[in-house]
Amino acid sequence: MFEGVPLTWFLIVATLMFFIGIYGFLVRKNLITILMSLELILNSVNINFVAFNKLLYPQHLEGMFFTVFIIAVAAAEASVAIAIIINIYRRLVNIDVEKMEEMKY
Amino acid sequence: MINFGFTVWIVLIPLIIFVLVGFFGNRFKPVVSGIVGTSGLFVSMALSYYTAYQYFFNVPRVGDAFQKLIAYNTVWLRLTEKLHIDLGVLLDPISVMMLIVITTVSFMVHLYSIGYMKGEKGYERFFSFLSLFSFSMLGLVIATNIFQMYIFWELVGVSSYLLIGFYYTKDTAVAASKKAFIVTRFADVGFLIGILILSFTTGTFDFITLTDPNGTAITQGGGIMFLGLSTMTWSMIFVFMGGAGKSAMFPLHIWLPDAMEGPTPVSALIHAATMVVAGVYLVARMFPIFHFSAPVALDVVMYVGAFSSIFAAVIACTQFDIKRVLAYSTMSQIGLMMFALGVSGYGEEAGLGFMASMFHLFTHAFFKALLFLGAGAIIHAVHSNYMNEMGGLRKHLPITHITFLIACLSIAGIPPLAGFFSKDEILAAGHEKSLFLFILGLTISALTAFYMFRLYFSIFWGKEQNYHHTPHEAPKVMTIPLMLLALGAIFAGLLPFASFVTSDGKPLAMHIDLAIAIPAVLVGVFGALTAMVFYRKETNIPEKISTALGGFYRAAFRKFYMDELYLFITRKIIFNYVSRPIAWFDRHIVDGSMNGVSYVTNEVSTRIKSFQSGQLQQYAWVFVTGAVALALAFIYLWTN
Repeated sequence: MFEGVPLTWFLIVATLMFFIGIYGFLVRKNLITILMSLELILNSVNINFVAFNKLLYPQHLEGMFFTVFIIAVAAAEASVAIAIIINIYRRLVNIDVEKMEEMKY
Repeated sequence: MINFGFTVWIVLIPLIIFVLVGFFGNRFKPVVSGIVGTSGLFVSMALSYYTAYQYFFNVPRVGDAFQKLIAYNTVWLRLTEKLHIDLGVLLDPISVMMLIVITTVSFMVHLYSIGYMKGEKGYERFFSFLSLFSFSMLGLVIATNIFQMYIFWELVGVSSYLLIGFYYTKDTAVAASKKAFIVTRFADVGFLIGILILSFTTGTFDFITLTDPNGTAITQGGGIMFLGLSTMTWSMIFVFMGGAGKSAMFPLHIWLPDAMEGPTPVSALIHAATMVVAGVYLVARMFPIFHFSAPVALDVVMYVGAFSSIFAAVIACTQFDIKRVLAYSTMSQIGLMMFALGVSGYGEEAGLGFMASMFHLFTHAFFKALLFLGAGAIIHAVHSNYMNEMGGLRKHLPITHITFLIACLSIAGIPPLAGFFSKDEILAAGHEKSLFLFILGLTISALTAFYMFRLYFSIFWGKEQNYHHTPHEAPKVMTIPLMLLALGAIFAGLLPFASFVTSDGKPLAMHIDLAIAIPAVLVGVFGALTAMVFYRKETNIPEKISTALGGFYRAAFRKFYMDELYLFITRKIIFNYVSRPIAWFDRHIVDGSMNGVSYVTNEVSTRIKSFQSGQLQQYAWVFVTGAVALALAFIYLWTN
């Protein structure tokens, strides 16, 4: 672990990021912002992975690899999500999440 | 020993003809179908005669008895190792005799139909159905096991249905065909139940095993008792129910008179000579079981046969439609055959009734087919079915007149024509049983002679009517079968029938007992003379008698209200008390429970559908709340 920085601090940062992301996901109406909130959630998980990997198994790199995977998947997911958002925009001229209720019952 | 494998072709040729004529008949001129059908049947007939010759003269007998031969056999459906359904050819005296009867009459009818059906719509259809019928009937008589017999039994019913409803644009014909099919089908349910009980008790379908007097099926006895009768008795009664339906025995006879709506050659073939005797054949085929294991069922056969016979004879005296008279006459004669089987014992002299029954079946086929074909020629000439619209036809239809007279004399039992010999044997068999049955037989003979000569004199004598055009004799193609069948009606009785067909296969010496023959002939002559007095010249005696008899005559004229009784039972009782409650149950209970399920589903889904709002963040909120709640729950559980 980095000298002088306890694990708890990492966890506090990660938790804060996670709940800020959740809050944004639930509250913001703009699809782009919701996507950004989602990235926050993912990255908070990344911090946890890295921190715990360094603490528990310093000789191994599984946590790091997982982080890299998550970043790659997040990038792919972001591109797909943005493509969807662009299509929605073309169709509705709007990206307000509350206006998208065509799929209800 | 000769190989009888070729007998398969007797059956298969009509099937091939049916397929050929049925599919390709309409590509050629109609008469081609007729010729192809007739020549096919001719080949079948020739093969049958050859088979009979070989079977009766060139097959070595065992202990003087004709053996049952399996000429061909193939397993059709294997149910278990022991129980399997075969298709094959069984040759024994009665099946060989039936082969001859069926192919001969069928050939004559085919030939006759070439002329009779000329110019009819559906000529090819008619011939293909005739071939289908011949195939089914031949398959029925050569059946090696009871299940094969059942299959062909149903096929015969179908072809009868198709042929009765041949004029499918005529409402009465359609109704008659449906009636025939439903009534016989109803009886066949009984037959099937009988087969199932029988095969369950004995573990086999095979006729040879079943009817061997020393075989396990018979020696194991009647089986457990149910309602005072043994299992075997019940199964035989059910089997006889099927036979009674096909053979138009009381009370399942109601379809036969209506079946006369079909073309007349069909009536001659199916409803006089062949299909209707299938019931008799069935009982004869199963005779050892009836006799050894189920004597009560054999008594049922006797009573049903005797009652049907006298019942039909009385009705026949009052009808005016010539084909209906013949139909009731057929029913009466078949009743006699059943009666003869019922009084018969097994083996040697005791088996006289069996022999008499088969003999009568044989001769009856000739003269009854002749009567029907003659009636067809008459109807062809005057375009009417009613005898009171006929009269004085003897000058116009000389050949029909002579052949019809021969058939009438034959059925009335005047020696030395065929009917005399066979009826004499039946009366002798009845006499051996009891005097009452003998007198009953004599009464039936007298009635038979009376109604046949009533028919004869009304048609050919009496006052000449105003016909639309002068009646003319039928073409040669129709009169030749009449003449050939007339030869059969004269000489068939002279065959030493008892040397060939007996209950146990051993030849029997046939003798004419004068004490029986003389009364039999006398009552026949008496009946015929009475009819002559009544109907030869126009007199008012019949009216006087019918008014004197009053209610009884009216009842007989209305066929003892059997049709009305059936309608009453079905419409008023079965429809009201069985069908309606079932329909109510179906509509309210069955449909109701289904409707209830769909109603509940519908209600619940309308209530809960607002959960699916389409709001993404609402879903996410529920998800997060749930996840947090789960997390809290786990933490709580772990920490405790």
